[in-house]
Amino acid sequence: MQLQQMYQEIILDHYKNPHGRGLRDPFDAESHQINPTCGDEVTLRVSLDGETVRDVSYDGQGCSISQASTSVMTDLVVGKPLGEAFKKMDAFVELMQGRGQVEPDEDVLEDGIAFAGVAQYPARVKCALLGWMAFKDAVARSEGAKA
Amino acid sequence: MTTTATPLDVATVRADFPILGRTVREGKRLVYLDSGATSQRPRQVLDAERAFLETANAAVHRGAHQLAEEATDAYEGARQKIADFVGVQYGEIVFTKNATEGVNLVAYAMGNASTSGPEAERFRIGPGDEIVVTEMEHHANLVPWQQLAARTGATLRWFGVTDEGRLDLSNLDELVNAKTKVVAFTHQSNVLGTVNPVRTLADAARAVGALTVLDACQSVPHGPVDFKALGVDFAVFSGHKMLGPSGIGVLYGRRELLETLPPFLTGGSMIEMVHMAKSTFAPPPARFEAGVPMTSQAVALGAAVDYLNAIGMDRIAAHEHVLTEAALRGLTEIPGVRIVGPPDVVDRGGAVSFVVDGIHAHDAGQVLDSLGVAVRVGHHCAWPLHRRMDAAATVRASFYLYNTLDEVTALVDAVREAQKFFGVR
Repeated sequence: MQLQQMYQEIILDHYKNPHGRGLRDPFDAESHQINPTCGDEVTLRVSLDGETVRDVSYDGQGCSISQASTSVMTDLVVGKPLGEAFKKMDAFVELMQGRGQVEPDEDVLEDGIAFAGVAQYPARVKCALLGWMAFKDAVARSEGAKA
Repeated sequence: MTTTATPLDVATVRADFPILGRTVREGKRLVYLDSGATSQRPRQVLDAERAFLETANAAVHRGAHQLAEEATDAYEGARQKIADFVGVQYGEIVFTKNATEGVNLVAYAMGNASTSGPEAERFRIGPGDEIVVTEMEHHANLVPWQQLAARTGATLRWFGVTDEGRLDLSNLDELVNAKTKVVAFTHQSNVLGTVNPVRTLADAARAVGALTVLDACQSVPHGPVDFKALGVDFAVFSGHKMLGPSGIGVLYGRRELLETLPPFLTGGSMIEMVHMAKSTFAPPPARFEAGVPMTSQAVALGAAVDYLNAIGMDRIAAHEHVLTEAALRGLTEIPGVRIVGPPDVVDRGGAVSFVVDGIHAHDAGQVLDSLGVAVRVGHHCAWPLHRRMDAAATVRASFYLYNTLDEVTALVDAVREAQKFFGVR
């Protein structure tokens, strides 16, 4: 059944038990992202230690895909240099926009490969990218604040 | 609801809609419950559009050749059919690209009144004036009024909604007052299904000299509607929600008002006389139809009206009433399902929105889709209403003449399946 391919156990696990959820202090910048078609939203904070992601904390409400994807993202980027975090983001975006034609690299995306099935549902790609867009925006804001 | 109409023969109706015969998602029978977003089109409507294009296509209202004459007759003939369909005069129907453009037309024309002649006096709006809407509006009948208020300095006010999803009219006398210039509201909520007391609101507006603008997108396709009997000044509806094409909407305006309403879009076709420095404008409805209009779409919408008339709007309303009642009953019986809107069928149309405890609407919709059941999920362009009803997003099933009780059962079964899949039951 197609549905199981989309809602992998990993996704449902992250949805029911999200990692890193909750807004924490201190933080360098915050981003609020919404999906205007469905009203899903996420507020996300980044805390940086030089060029390293010290913490990502978030709160929001939305579908299983948006919430699980944000949870997986925190696992992927926290503790990593910004350059590596953005490389993972690019890989995830490529996977999501690949209409199911992109073979994900588990070494790079870890639990993120579970979202490969979501890429076959164009209407849900935005859900999967919501948290990532908030992360990208928050980092840009923190850099803007420093400049 | 009392009706003596004989039930409509759904099997015969369905045979006219080729798309309903297809399958989706690995061979599942399509259960199309999203007519509130857009309806499907019968062969008769598709054939009419094609026949027009194959035999009479030309730019209307210009050209002296035979095709131009025939095209103009077909276009204006459609206007007459549509006018008759909603109980108004031929010259009171303006074609727009959709209902949203119709609302914007009125809102922008009112904004333009401040720089128009004294004949447009009654449309002028500015600081101290009030625009009244409701909390249950589709964004299309809310945002244009927010913007008109922002451009003119007028104040936007609104009726609240009760927990059950009815308009809260307890402060009617206070909200609709001597300062009120416009009262804009929906006939039937696209989310709640609630049918509003149009006459009560129209009478209150008229008593203070305010104009009424009715969003009839969810009412005109689904039952008999007579704008004269309702007593509204303006009304809008869309073609694609009533078996017609997209790209065409309808604005009704009382003749006396259209005659003095300033134009919105200007250019060809809408003029009387043009000089290099200034122009005068054609009488309505031409004044509001700048440019070459959507002709084959108007013809096809006329064919949709013929189709609906042949079946009978009272029979369609009665049919949807039965489906809505069954859906409300079936969904209410499922533990963990909350209907967002009136729980009964009194003054209620066939849009049934709900939330399922523990499952986001998007996720519920995905399970339904995997079973072939096509519904809308999200806020359905009524975000403030969702906030009011304490729902981030809802699942909406909406019915039309071609839906069956079996499809209602498929919906209810699919919701139970979603609960099973996400382990909330």
